[in-house]
Amino acid sequence: MTQVDAPDPAATRRVGRVLTYRKPALLALLFPPAGVPAMIHSLRAGRLAKARRVEEARIQGGKARDWAWIAVGVGLTCYVVVFLVWLLFANHGAVRRTYFKPDVFFGVKEYHAVAGSCATQCAASIEFHFKYWSPMLRAFWLNIQVFLITEIIVLIWALVVAIVRLLPGKVCAPLRWLATLYVDIFRGLPSILVIFLVGFGFPLAGVPIVQDWSKMQFAIIALTLTYGAYVSEVYKAGIESVHWGQTAAARSLGLSYAQTMRHVVVPQALRRIGPPLLNDFIGLQKDTATIFFIGAFDALAMARFINNNNATFAAYTMAAVLFLAVTVPFTRYLDHILKRQKLRTQGGT
Amino acid sequence: MAFLEIDHVDKIFGTNHVLKAISLDVEQHQVVTLIGGSGSGKSTLLRCVNALEEVDGGEIRLDGDRVSGRGVDVDALRREVGIVFQSFNLFPHMTVLQNVTLAPIKVLRLTRGLAEERGIALLKRIGLDAKANEYPDRLSGGQQQRVAIVRAMAMEPRLLLLDEITSALDPELVAEVLNIVRDLAEQGMTMMLATHEMSFAREVSSKVCFLHEGVIHEEGPPEQIFGNPQKERTRAFLQRIIDAGRL
Repeated sequence: MTQVDAPDPAATRRVGRVLTYRKPALLALLFPPAGVPAMIHSLRAGRLAKARRVEEARIQGGKARDWAWIAVGVGLTCYVVVFLVWLLFANHGAVRRTYFKPDVFFGVKEYHAVAGSCATQCAASIEFHFKYWSPMLRAFWLNIQVFLITEIIVLIWALVVAIVRLLPGKVCAPLRWLATLYVDIFRGLPSILVIFLVGFGFPLAGVPIVQDWSKMQFAIIALTLTYGAYVSEVYKAGIESVHWGQTAAARSLGLSYAQTMRHVVVPQALRRIGPPLLNDFIGLQKDTATIFFIGAFDALAMARFINNNNATFAAYTMAAVLFLAVTVPFTRYLDHILKRQKLRTQGGT
Repeated sequence: MAFLEIDHVDKIFGTNHVLKAISLDVEQHQVVTLIGGSGSGKSTLLRCVNALEEVDGGEIRLDGDRVSGRGVDVDALRREVGIVFQSFNLFPHMTVLQNVTLAPIKVLRLTRGLAEERGIALLKRIGLDAKANEYPDRLSGGQQQRVAIVRAMAMEPRLLLLDEITSALDPELVAEVLNIVRDLAEQGMTMMLATHEMSFAREVSSKVCFLHEGVIHEEGPPEQIFGNPQKERTRAFLQRIIDAGRL
């Protein structure tokens, strides 16, 4: 190194410089299946660059970059999956046995093969199969019912609350305050506390009309109170997001305030709030599990019952699977709608 | 007694005195044009006539009836007075035909069949009947504005207000919209319009009013305002328009 001259600014700024991606390739070696090709291409790019074969060197550099990204995408995924599988078998398989006991899930005895012919094996298998799943499903049906009924009531109730909060004029001010007070209270309370207050409190206090209702009905009241407050906020935001020019246009045609809301503003608001609304309903579906705490026999209660009687903690996993079976399609559908909306609006311009 | 009488109307936004005791008469079958710089109060005046803004003083009379202030049935007023906006404001969730028929069905209580028949006839007159079942976002700006005019006309108003209806359009789309306004003028539609299209104003107006800072500075027939303006401010405004190559 006799001649360490200051780098020629013109040379370093040359566009013809070749990127060899040496450092990304080195990092990519942490995931050899992609890291090794990345390194090979990177080294080739360096050699070609030295030989001033710039075009070929760039192609090799580009390949090195692609492989480095593959190392990130595929490699990281692999390592995460491996870690999770390892967790499953940790503590001599106790984790797996606790959460995913095969005889609970699939009706297969784990350690001793079922004696006898194939036919009896199959029969035993089917018997086990239904032993836990069918009561779980029956209990989960209660969650589904509560969810569906509450959802329908909430959709209507929350819209009423939102419209009251947006009523115009001084005379409606007390009504607006009342609606705002309601929303403030029930957005601020944990849903589990509301379900206690309603489910145990109403019968205890002998609240008129509803005191003799069933636990399921109390659960529906409590969840409607909580989610009505959330969803009314969603409605309100949606209604306010509709441009005032729409209201001006509708009113100028002679439509009344109510007609403007009904035909012009609310339909446009509904289109926009689909995604946040679905979001709240996924939350509602999950929160139906809180009815367990006022003694309704739902999926969570059944899981505890099975666990207590058979010492099979995996029953809780079954409950989890059931909830996911409802909420995951929901979220996938939500993504699908959003993607379609995006495509449609992009295509429109 | 004029058809529309604007009688010493005041409008105040906070500390901003937008309209200062403005008086203006519009006779039936007249086209009255408001010109003036931005912020001169043209749009506000139109919106007051349609009760989209409340007046803070004075009153507005339509056919002798007071239509401003307390106790007025604004929905009834708006059945008689249509308005078209700068930004079209078509309902994006409805087809062109639904846009046009909504108010006739809901407000005039026409049957759907009759309303659609009339709507199609109106759309035919502006050459857009083929677009009846399209949504507004499939139409060009000029087409959207033409539909907006038809939507207002479907209510068969006795007075039509046009609030800078070509200001949001690309230049090559302005003519198709103005042609419709010209047709309406020839058919005797009573109109009040705010516009920056001076040559158009000169051509169709029965009366031109130059607004400046909430006051009608000068009013008269278009020949006078554009040909021989009497007031210094009017001359200065028109000179700026000419300098910008717009007249």
